[in-house]
Amino acid sequence: MSSLHGLTIAVPRGALFGGTVDLLQALGLDTDELRSNDRKLLFEDIGVITMRPTDVPTYVEAGAADLGVTGKDVLLEQAAQRSAEGGRDVYELLDLGFGRCTMVLASKAGPDPAHEALRRLGVMRVATKYPRIAARHLEETGRQSEIVEVKGSVELAPLTGIVEAIVDLTATGTTLRENNLIVREEIVVCTARLIANPVAHKLKAAAIDALLEQLRELPAAERGRGAPEPA
Amino acid sequence: MIHPIPSGTRDVLPDETREVRAITDVLRGVFERHGYGEVYTPALEYESVLARADMAEARPAYRVFDETGAVLALRSDMTVPIARVVATRYASAEPPLRFCYFAHCYRGVRPQRGQPRELLQAGIELVGAPAPQGTAEALTVLCHALDATGLKDYRIGLGDASLFPALMASLQVHEPVRKGLLEALVLRDFVGLQELLAESGLSGEAAELLLDVPQRRGGPELLADAPAPADGAVKGLRDVLELLEPAVAERIIFDLGLVRNIGYYTGAVFDVYDPALGAPIGGGGRYDELLGRFGRKLPAVGFALGVDRLHIALAGEERGTGALALAGPSGPGDAGEPVEPAR
Repeated sequence: MSSLHGLTIAVPRGALFGGTVDLLQALGLDTDELRSNDRKLLFEDIGVITMRPTDVPTYVEAGAADLGVTGKDVLLEQAAQRSAEGGRDVYELLDLGFGRCTMVLASKAGPDPAHEALRRLGVMRVATKYPRIAARHLEETGRQSEIVEVKGSVELAPLTGIVEAIVDLTATGTTLRENNLIVREEIVVCTARLIANPVAHKLKAAAIDALLEQLRELPAAERGRGAPEPA
Repeated sequence: MIHPIPSGTRDVLPDETREVRAITDVLRGVFERHGYGEVYTPALEYESVLARADMAEARPAYRVFDETGAVLALRSDMTVPIARVVATRYASAEPPLRFCYFAHCYRGVRPQRGQPRELLQAGIELVGAPAPQGTAEALTVLCHALDATGLKDYRIGLGDASLFPALMASLQVHEPVRKGLLEALVLRDFVGLQELLAESGLSGEAAELLLDVPQRRGGPELLADAPAPADGAVKGLRDVLELLEPAVAERIIFDLGLVRNIGYYTGAVFDVYDPALGAPIGGGGRYDELLGRFGRKLPAVGFALGVDRLHIALAGEERGTGALALAGPSGPGDAGEPVEPAR
């Protein structure tokens, strides 16, 4: 067993895991142990480390992995808010196509409570796991907002009345519908991205370019096979 | 009792200080041997003076009022203060002028990211020496300095800040599109770059070049294959390469997509990489227009090393390879003799 071109890759656990592992297998990596052992974090002999998707940019930026796979939603949330501050210092090399989801603004079905709050109270309260994306979207569309950051099921927040709307990622919209929420605005479409550490991108240029070449030559079916994120 | 210090700042205690001192002593020896005289400048300057330079992301972040109400700023690098020194204290001195420095600079930080607010930089400025000779000299001093610290596996990424803008100009990219493309490149976002190119209405061939060229990096063979529109900047890099001694040339990785996050660079730019660290140890480049903003129009080139990052890289190599020249048990004179490079 060996790693891909001698590179270490940060693989996200969770919704993007299946698509990422399928992709690595299509590239020739032996992924049997990776699939069968979901407690192990470090697979040294195949050059893979596994972690939460939100941690992938952290490990790649620090150089613990040369490459990583994570969602565009994660990269956007960790990106610069103003031009004065940089985002994560990683290269975004390739749109891998799988894990396609949409970041949406949703609120309870019927007359839009967010609209009402904005009109009468001057501000809409929005619950989200993505406070920076939400704040930026509302700022760009000229609306005053109060962002409420939650860690778990965002759908609960408008149902209990603590907010009028949510900003969240959805693939099929099923969870939103089941909770009587409807999509009011689509903010951005997010897919899985291949990112690289900036030093590895230079010092391991040949290996990274060989892997990119391999990826581009894969049939589209193999590249975009990952299961959509349940939402 | 807890008496905190601001995040991104540190107290440096004797063990670490000894190791850092060993590094800076070695660097100072190399800089001085190459004719670079050490200078100190005030950490606080008038904001309006520092603002003459285009610092982009590295602009000064901390300001205070003095007793007359004037706005002072903590310097965010040493290049701008030295440009001021040259224009005022050396207004009629015959160039080239050579300076080195070891100084703390102050930058804004993003929270929870382990970024330094106060960082110790070691570097040189070579004023009045145009490309390619000046650039080759700076790269040579850089390699001699790093070799002397005992750092083994470092490489230098060398590019040209004018390359991508020149490429866009010669492919007749519309002015409003250019800014977005350059921004995507600065953000290292090739997916975004590709999307912008697809929307730009450029011919397939032009779009392909604009996406492909900045991703090219590697040995000197890269310079031979460069497409015609990038010719000017690539010729500049070739001229620099011709002037480098072999030990320096073999450290160079040509990088046609290299851009730095400071706005004043005009020509060759470079970054120092080491496999022991996930981020560049330092970098530099040509700033041929900065001195003009202070009233003495002279071409210039310089670099700065992050001393703490260099220290981490040396420690990392030491752990990895087990054999490093630096520091050791720090007795007097330990770092007096520069150590021969490993290769």
